[in-house]
Amino acid sequence: MAAVQVAIIDSGGANIASLRFALDRLRAESVLTTDPQLIRNASHVILPGVGAAADAMSKLRDRRLDTVVPQLTQPVLGICLGMQLLAEASQEDDATCLGIVPVIASKLTGSSRNPVPNMGWCPIRVTRSHPLLDGITTGSYFYFIHSYALPPGDFSLATADHESEITAVLARENFYATQFHPERSSTAGARLLQNFLSI
Amino acid sequence: MQFRDHRIVGDILPLAARYSREGADELVFYDITASPDCRTVDRQWVAEVAAVLDIPFCVAGGIGSVADAEDVLNKGADKISINTPALQSPKLITELAKRFGSQCVVVGIDSMEKDSDFFVYKFTGDSSRTVAARRRTLDWVNEVQDLGAGEIVLNCMNRDGVRKGYDTTQLRRVRDICTVPLVASGGAGSADHFRQVFREAEVDGALAASVFHSGEIDIQELKHFLHDAGVHVRSRLNKEWN
Repeated sequence: MAAVQVAIIDSGGANIASLRFALDRLRAESVLTTDPQLIRNASHVILPGVGAAADAMSKLRDRRLDTVVPQLTQPVLGICLGMQLLAEASQEDDATCLGIVPVIASKLTGSSRNPVPNMGWCPIRVTRSHPLLDGITTGSYFYFIHSYALPPGDFSLATADHESEITAVLARENFYATQFHPERSSTAGARLLQNFLSI
Repeated sequence: MQFRDHRIVGDILPLAARYSREGADELVFYDITASPDCRTVDRQWVAEVAAVLDIPFCVAGGIGSVADAEDVLNKGADKISINTPALQSPKLITELAKRFGSQCVVVGIDSMEKDSDFFVYKFTGDSSRTVAARRRTLDWVNEVQDLGAGEIVLNCMNRDGVRKGYDTTQLRRVRDICTVPLVASGGAGSADHFRQVFREAEVDGALAASVFHSGEIDIQELKHFLHDAGVHVRSRLNKEWN
């Protein structure tokens, strides 16, 4: 693997620490930044996100990252809210998002069997083989915490079941995303992050 | 991991790593002496735990404000759990949920049966100071959900440390009114106790401390047992069960 320098885009919100620790465990160098130059020069870019879509988008807009991110050509990984930010828009506060994946993030439908937020370990169903999912099979469990999700589409690499089927992993050109938190998903999550860093 | 009765469970970092390796789905770190002593947890260990753990973990004890919670979450914890401070100031639950999202706000409830009903207790970290909170457990469960709790850990005090099984009767009553994830705590002594609580009380998770610390119950064997009994559990290797 060539030298990896990961730029983690600081879109606000807590819990960036666990992602940085996960990259440390994989011995990948990372920097938390909103500097467009650092982001453009990184070998890999991660767009995390905990919080609300509109807040995160306004933070990105403040630094003009809403135009920088869609133009990136290196591998980019959205995590959780970061996946929803890749969409055209989110039903959450009717936020306009980055428009990289032609889909709209919608609120999960809740029921007594499937509460919202969806929280916990869920198995995924691999729908398309891809280097990002190398060594990861249908039935692998990942840790989800979310209230919004992308429906399945031709961009989906894997789906998961809630009240309806949702996209768990996606790929579109050099943009990748997971609805779950790979940094908190044990060995399967570490494998996915390693796969991403090897792309 | 529960630090009760001043039992020192060894260095928490290797233990945390061991549980993660063995297939635990989530760890809870309790400093249950924090509230009675009016002090907060020493927070540096949170970052050290976050650095070695690759599964979610929750910190409980001594979180009495939004600033406390922010500190713990910024150090890498996934959730914070509040118990006595929520009883002292219920609006703290709402403040935390608004600021961080209800998904990381866990409310711990210590509950005991009395006169054919269930009641909440506070300051349970120090048995000499434990007092009734003058609330019915079922009322408090409803209230904390309305206030924004994203998860409830119900510790059935009459079973705590006795290893005679979870209080499935009480947990079932709470389950029926609880629409957020419910975690059972108190009483685990055998693998079959876990099966019973998942089957009979339909809880989302079961918490145990001493049986895992002592090695009496092996997490991998427990998960195989539960899987064979038809309970959906994550396999340690993150593969399909075969």
